[in-house]
Amino acid sequence: MADLRTMIGSLTLKNPIMPASGTFSEELAEVFDLDCLGAHVTKTITRGKRSGNPVPRVCEVNGAMLNSIGIPSKGAPWFLQNTLPFYRDYEAPLVISISANTADEFARFAEEVSVPGVAAIEVNISCPNIEDDGKAFAMKPGATGDVVRRMRSATHLPLWAKLSPNTGEVVEVALAAEEAGADALVTANTMLAMAIDSRTGRARLGNIMGGLSGPALKPITLRMTYQCARAVSIPVIGCGGISTVDDVIEYLVAGAHAVQVGTATFISPSTMPRLVRELDEALDSRGLPSVDALIGTVDVTNEAVAVAEMRDGCHAAR
Amino acid sequence: MPASPCVVPDSISRPYSVHEVDCRVKTHDWVNGEYRRLVLSAPRSVLDCEPGQFFHLLCPQMEGLQPYLRRPMSIYSYDRIRGELSFLYKVAGTGTGTLARLQPGEHLNIVGPLGRGFEIRREWRRPLLVARGVGLATLAPLAGECARLGRQLTAVCSARSPDLVMSTDLFRFFGAEVITVTDAEDNSDVKSLTLLIEGLIRTRGIDAFFTCGSARLLRMLQEIGARHGIGGQVAVEQHMACGIGMCQACVRTFLRDGSTFNLRVCREGPVFDLHEVL
Repeated sequence: MADLRTMIGSLTLKNPIMPASGTFSEELAEVFDLDCLGAHVTKTITRGKRSGNPVPRVCEVNGAMLNSIGIPSKGAPWFLQNTLPFYRDYEAPLVISISANTADEFARFAEEVSVPGVAAIEVNISCPNIEDDGKAFAMKPGATGDVVRRMRSATHLPLWAKLSPNTGEVVEVALAAEEAGADALVTANTMLAMAIDSRTGRARLGNIMGGLSGPALKPITLRMTYQCARAVSIPVIGCGGISTVDDVIEYLVAGAHAVQVGTATFISPSTMPRLVRELDEALDSRGLPSVDALIGTVDVTNEAVAVAEMRDGCHAAR
Repeated sequence: MPASPCVVPDSISRPYSVHEVDCRVKTHDWVNGEYRRLVLSAPRSVLDCEPGQFFHLLCPQMEGLQPYLRRPMSIYSYDRIRGELSFLYKVAGTGTGTLARLQPGEHLNIVGPLGRGFEIRREWRRPLLVARGVGLATLAPLAGECARLGRQLTAVCSARSPDLVMSTDLFRFFGAEVITVTDAEDNSDVKSLTLLIEGLIRTRGIDAFFTCGSARLLRMLQEIGARHGIGGQVAVEQHMACGIGMCQACVRTFLRDGSTFNLRVCREGPVFDLHEVL
């Protein structure tokens, strides 16, 4: 039995496996004991009620799915009264994912949900910023820093910033979140994508565009995890396309302190308990005493050579 | 909450109600030119199911056909004594395309039972089942339940042509009066069916409608039901991802007490009140 514990800031998780927001709810308790998880992460909630996007809200593509659920939410009061009590019976820390339209609204909402029973707040900044032409907060360092800073002054709870792959400024956004007081980063949310039915010419999602998730996303979010983990000193939680224990190990090796499992739970609802067990077995079989022994151990001795060759290649191409 | 260890649930049925299990294919035959019946050897844990519920099937991956998401499929039959679970389906796309190639002896991973099934209310003594195509598969176990509860059952089975009418023998076995209508015989359109059903209300005292699989038949039954004060239930379909209630993908809009709202087909359904479906 290896030591599966991992630290995310001040929180100690009994293992590094937790659900990704939007792929987890109370109903999963009908399949397995939810207390076997390192943490619980709720679907994103908003302060007010939202009905969500038109259907179809999901479709499949090769090795992945697209979704445009649209954050349907019954609102904060309903959540605090009906959803929160369910998780009180569990030892696993509860992380609630929240979203809002403005930095100010994020802060007020963070304050409202900073109640007993909530262990941390995940900041879903991949949603559109209505003050910036609908661009997601997480696309820009400035908007990311603004949201996290405002929230930091509104709550004492740990803040996990969930980053987006839809940016060219991955490291800058990560540093902005850290600088503004985030306690951890989650890398990452889904990637904006689209699918069209070639026979009918029709977009396959009711919302036309949606987020890609599943195994096809993994190389991208693994790269983001690596980039962020070496740039910041707060813990990074890997997320994207995890379905096997090897996927978990890759993220840990890339520098993640924990991982979130999302779409794989749709394909196999017992994925997470299986990964907890298989991670334990994998550490044992490698003779490793703990999860910590894997974190950030990626072998990048080729990196300097690769960069040099790339530079030489560019020169040669001229 | 249960203080059980962290295990992948498979054999012990309590306290978990939803199970992910690998089932061996017993038989897998063509029913007619378009539909196949898949019979699985299923553990007792998943056979605590009821008519109208569904399972989420992990269709096999094959060269050129790689369904990623599971496919929801309603229960065609279940037999706790023989340990059997069966599905009736039409090969229509990628998922059913690979499903159709499963051979007896091979295994299929299923999750379930899922959703809320049919409810035969006490006051519903003479129900009418109306369905077309694969909707008949969903209503088949309901016919068995009606027989068990001593209901006088009538079934209207619709299809494109007489050779594609399904489940009539099964419905008759359960004591139903079976009426078939087909496009080929020109008696399956809404106008003809409305006349037929209003006649059955007079002659057989129909007091409830059950349907599945056709928006056209649903609207027709809603209209006839509204005119005659007859209620009922309908099993509906929607694109799904998780099947369990987590993802909120499979919502549809319903009308209750004058206001509309979204409900999850996988969780609050797939069976809903006939008159609440919009």
